[in-house]
Amino acid sequence: MTKFLLPLALFLVLVVFLAIGLSRDPREIPSPLVNKPAPTFALPVLSEPQRTFKTEEMRGKVWLLNAWASWCAACQDEHPLLLQLAQTKLVPIYGLDYKDERPNALAWLEELGNPYTLSLSDTDGRVAIDYGIYGVPETFVIDRDGIIRYKHIGPITAEALQKKIIPLVKELQR
Amino acid sequence: MKRALLVMALMCVLPITLWAKEAQPLAEDPELEKRVMALAEDLRCLVCQNESLAGSHAPLAVDLRQQIREQMKAGKSDKEIIAFMTERYGDFVLFRPPVKMTTYLLWFGPFLLLAAGVMVQLLYLKRRRERAREKPLSEAERKRVEALLGDS
Repeated sequence: MTKFLLPLALFLVLVVFLAIGLSRDPREIPSPLVNKPAPTFALPVLSEPQRTFKTEEMRGKVWLLNAWASWCAACQDEHPLLLQLAQTKLVPIYGLDYKDERPNALAWLEELGNPYTLSLSDTDGRVAIDYGIYGVPETFVIDRDGIIRYKHIGPITAEALQKKIIPLVKELQR
Repeated sequence: MKRALLVMALMCVLPITLWAKEAQPLAEDPELEKRVMALAEDLRCLVCQNESLAGSHAPLAVDLRQQIREQMKAGKSDKEIIAFMTERYGDFVLFRPPVKMTTYLLWFGPFLLLAAGVMVQLLYLKRRRERAREKPLSEAERKRVEALLGDS
């Protein structure tokens, strides 16, 4: 009887490790940027390309930076949630239009609605690299001091919005 | 009619000559490109995670290779470029993660397993040797052997 106890115990340990390994999403890479200053950038505004947006303008405000693109299917999934959030006027949402064609991006917003205070054209994707973005959509919560407080990888879910993003924004705005 | 056929036949052949372009050199500087690829070989593509930056065709990998290329042109060392990457994507981009507290188990775990395996094996061999060692027959056993062999 005891002869089988050790292998059984080892097997159970293995099962626990495998269970943990299987329940984690390998696509979600923890960002080293959380709790670090958000990289500064200056990019043309999508709706008026002659105007430049600088991250310095956001000092003293809590804001969301949401990377999206008109060619990105998953961005359409989260879009209704962003529109809802924008309607509450809780927090300004800035869009980072990642490697997109301007006419396509404008048409996309026209068709699906525009939750963004401003969208910024990251045509060559360089700013996205600075933010460690490796797939759209991704969303950052940035605080008054310009520190990244949270990063959401992939489309925002209702659960992530209610349980994480909104409470965090409210706390940061206090 | 014949001429039309000939023209059509020629039209069919035309695209082939259009394809046959000179192979474009990868970069103006093959030496630099070698360095770029050598470094990219050690970095993970974030999009297709089991591929290296060197081997991936994902647009992000192409962009990141371009970053490496530009930074090398600007005279940055491999170390500085690796720091640039880990600042943005974490240690996950490195195919060879650094040895530090959180990665001790990753680096030395296999040796632990090896040591454990060797121990188990030694123990097993020792026990087997003991079992296999010849023991002198007891008096009763000797008698029984004699009786069985009928050698009396």
